[in-house]
Amino acid sequence: MIEHRPGLKIFCHVALLLGVATVAFPLWVAFVASTHTADRMLEIPLPLWPGTHLLDNYRTVLTQGVQGASTAPVGRMMLNSLVMALSISIGKIVISLLSAFAIVYFRFPLRMFFFWMIFITLMLPVEVRIFPTYKVVADLGMIDTYAGLTLPLIASATATFLFRQFFLTVPDELMEAARMDGAGPLRFLWDIVVPLSRTNIAALFVILFIYGWNQYLWPLLVTTQESMYTAVIGIKRMIPGGDAAVDWNLVMAAAMLAMLPPALVVVAMQELFVKGLVETEK
Amino acid sequence: MATEKRAHFPAGWLPYALVAPQLAVTLVFFIWPAAQAIWQSLLVQDAFGINVRFVGLLNFRELFADPAYLESFQVTAIFSVLVTLSALLVSLLLAGCCDYVVRGARGYQVLLIWPYAVAPAVAAVLWTFIFNPSVGLVTYALRTAFGYDWNHMLYSGQAMTLIVIASAWKQISYNFLFFLAGMQAIPKSLLEGAAIDGAGPLRRFVTIVLPLISPTTFFLLVVNTVYAFFDTFGVVDASTHGGPVRSTEILVYKVYQDGFKAGDLGGSAAQSVVLMVIVIGLTIVQFRYIERRVQYT
Repeated sequence: MIEHRPGLKIFCHVALLLGVATVAFPLWVAFVASTHTADRMLEIPLPLWPGTHLLDNYRTVLTQGVQGASTAPVGRMMLNSLVMALSISIGKIVISLLSAFAIVYFRFPLRMFFFWMIFITLMLPVEVRIFPTYKVVADLGMIDTYAGLTLPLIASATATFLFRQFFLTVPDELMEAARMDGAGPLRFLWDIVVPLSRTNIAALFVILFIYGWNQYLWPLLVTTQESMYTAVIGIKRMIPGGDAAVDWNLVMAAAMLAMLPPALVVVAMQELFVKGLVETEK
Repeated sequence: MATEKRAHFPAGWLPYALVAPQLAVTLVFFIWPAAQAIWQSLLVQDAFGINVRFVGLLNFRELFADPAYLESFQVTAIFSVLVTLSALLVSLLLAGCCDYVVRGARGYQVLLIWPYAVAPAVAAVLWTFIFNPSVGLVTYALRTAFGYDWNHMLYSGQAMTLIVIASAWKQISYNFLFFLAGMQAIPKSLLEGAAIDGAGPLRRFVTIVLPLISPTTFFLLVVNTVYAFFDTFGVVDASTHGGPVRSTEILVYKVYQDGFKAGDLGGSAAQSVVLMVIVIGLTIVQFRYIERRVQYT
């Protein structure tokens, strides 16, 4: 751009290509492994080029799961992951939108107290309150239910802040005009605020979908039945400890499937993804 | 920017109804369990859970007298420094290159950001496969090319290397995006002016780009530390299980192990409280920085 330095340009391209290759290497290895037979995966060295069993392997894991490993078919686990990711992302967006609307557009006693209470959740990730939260969920009888999987993760300080910031930039005139025309708060929320927030909602959705799909610790605790495992948990369960033989071709096929939905979301909605990432930076 | 609206809707019961769902979830699943954790950290329970005794800070005193816990602290510190440094350096180099080449930058961006979508546990499974002691591709390459024996189930240094690679690999995409955005926000006139004054690309990078993106760097430093502390449970659980001999037992993994597997509720709760203090500290650092950056722009 500024001066002509072909040497440096070439160095940069080489560095970037190396970076891309390093980043893609595990994916390629997993993909190749998922296209071979289980026997081939025991021969050293492992293949570097795809084999011919792609469809067989994927059909097997989707409908039957992995032999010997105590997991449900991957199709079932992906459905669980999908339900979890959608409930978490939609749930977080809805309750955060509502509470941010209340905090910005109303003046009521305890308003700031509520705001701080929501703020505190930022400092309480699942990892620091594992057992008491587990106990609450167990007492409510929500082990092995979708509610148990999703509800405890659904409060969101980040999303509430994001909506609050955005609502504050919406011109006050809009609200005054709406009031003059006789629109109540809910009508104003639905007809004006929600349509205006469309891009924010979409960007947030992309980030939260990935967040929900990739949850690990919580589903590990809350699911005990194989039919309730999520895809990410299932893959880990397919690798028994110790020296037991692993059907790497099937495990890698399952891993590819578990990575696919969130990766598609990132690549297909790149603009929204970047926007969401930058805005949820807190 | 204004922090309040000038006009409001008349308050009645409606605002309470609107915040109710969020508050209910927050109270039931966040605040109540956190309070429980704090309370339990002050109690000791016998093996059958019948006798519960209030012991004050005894659990904490025992915790910090426990060599295994201090060791876990040390492991976590080494781990998060390694993850943060390697993820930051690699992505800084890649972002710098991407910012410099112009042509093909978009393409590189797509090819570099997708690992963000991979769950930490899945990343760990992929890398464990590549470094598998018996069939792994890299294991094979190391053995045949250098005669190097890789077995992360036996050697603690290798186990640490493995979880650092898996965790940093996943984090590169995030850092890359933020670094690139920071670099692209630098006015071109600054760089052009420096070039006219005779500063080469490296000199410009060190004296102009690095100082100007320092807020981004600091932000990423905090985010990566939080990531290494709290989001890497899946990496450890899906690869090394904290071994060999606890050499990769990071704090979040130890809480889980001690509470769920060993049933030491008081000790585990005390560990939770220590973690809580760490998160609060990191969050405060992050917010102070945000305030400062607002004045920047």
